[in-house]
Amino acid sequence: MSQRAQVLLWGAQRISAMVLALCVVVHLLTIIYAVRSGLSATEILGRTQGSVMWFAFYTLFVIAVAVHAPIGLRTILSETCGWRGRGLDVLTGVIGLSLAMWGMRAVVGVFGAGTA
Amino acid sequence: METLQVRIWRGAEQGDFQDFEVPRQESQTVLDVVTYVQRKCDSTLSYRFACRVGVCGSCAMTVNGVSRWTCRTHVSKVAADNKLEIAPLRNLPVIKDLVTDMREFFDKWARARGRFTGSTTRKDPLARISPESKERKRVEAGIECIGCGVCYSACDVVSWNKDYLGPAALNRAWTLINDVRDTARAERLAAVAGDAGCHACHTHISCTERCPMRLSPTAGIAGLKRAVLAATLSGEI
Amino acid sequence: MKNDFRARNHPAYWAFIVHRGSGVLLALFLPLHFWALGQALHGAAALDGFLRWTEHPLVKFAETGLVLLLAAHMAGGVRLLVLEFLEWREWQKTLLAAAAGVSLVAGLAFLLNLV
Repeated sequence: MSQRAQVLLWGAQRISAMVLALCVVVHLLTIIYAVRSGLSATEILGRTQGSVMWFAFYTLFVIAVAVHAPIGLRTILSETCGWRGRGLDVLTGVIGLSLAMWGMRAVVGVFGAGTA
Repeated sequence: METLQVRIWRGAEQGDFQDFEVPRQESQTVLDVVTYVQRKCDSTLSYRFACRVGVCGSCAMTVNGVSRWTCRTHVSKVAADNKLEIAPLRNLPVIKDLVTDMREFFDKWARARGRFTGSTTRKDPLARISPESKERKRVEAGIECIGCGVCYSACDVVSWNKDYLGPAALNRAWTLINDVRDTARAERLAAVAGDAGCHACHTHISCTERCPMRLSPTAGIAGLKRAVLAATLSGEI
Repeated sequence: MKNDFRARNHPAYWAFIVHRGSGVLLALFLPLHFWALGQALHGAAALDGFLRWTEHPLVKFAETGLVLLLAAHMAGGVRLLVLEFLEWREWQKTLLAAAAGVSLVAGLAFLLNLV
């Protein structure tokens, strides 16, 4: 990976971290609010499904995570296993894409227009 | 008389600790202890020192697990129970006993473009730089490095990433980036960028924690991270 | 030779351990979390099947741990962003205490609302 790409990767992790910091605060408050009276699927989905705002918020959240986490894992793999080079960079990309797709599946399930 | 139980590393990369008993004295430094062992117990013990007053940066060792300058480390500060373990600096190849091979440490200063590059000659008038300017204050904060290698020895990122330039070289680069007379800014920013440069730093702050001159390489490295990112985004490098 | 715990025994290094440990655990947890929420695609009944499992005290205990991890990674991360992006300052150790405080408050709030 070129040095320029390494710097941009570092920058992407920091910028995604700034987005995530805001998302996590909202997420934590939501969790703490949601668990007050126990969790039931009908109640949760009734509140969430079809909400455009929450759909957009959690889409942003998932994208930021999919950028942030793989870059961190790349550093850890390189530092603890001494792994460098193309294989590691490809794996980083694969982890990012998988997280994004798997995460969006969940977002569609919870916030999509489904019938609860 | 009180005695110190001293364990000193003998050998090279492979080796073992050897035990010595050294009389405890008032205002004794760790370097005094090592010198006593070399003069009175075993003259084959190898170690480095020169000035004995915290200027030259040659006597750094690992004392009870922590990298320190030994000439200005009082025994009373580090050996409350009269026990001392003295080893060579970490992260550098050991030549013999307490002497490390510091080539990679200084080679990295060169790789980080630690050399000043100016545009004027001795015939030109001296540059006028306000001591109050932001750049000069940043230089001031990092310029007193004595090159002892304590930060390099204390840094885990150096252990984990052999190519990492390390705190001292990056601190040097940061002082030059802020030297308004210097003309190699872009090359230097490129030299310290990326996975082997400033962006590998995890802000453990071990360098800052251990620097005997109380400098903060961590602060300089953070400055480099920002400067390099800005230069990359603007196309400067 | 490498450093041992004696060289690493200072607050900023503990903060690093917490940040790295929580980061790895959160990354491992994410696929599971996404799978569980994805159950909603199969309707409320499927999701309820999963939610009943979360009623188990042990799971609740683990969930509290996760909330703590998330809060700690977030607060510790904000601390790092401040250290990296703002000019160096002397109050960095205060920042560490603040990050620890925020994580604990989040964990406690979750726990109190949960039980």
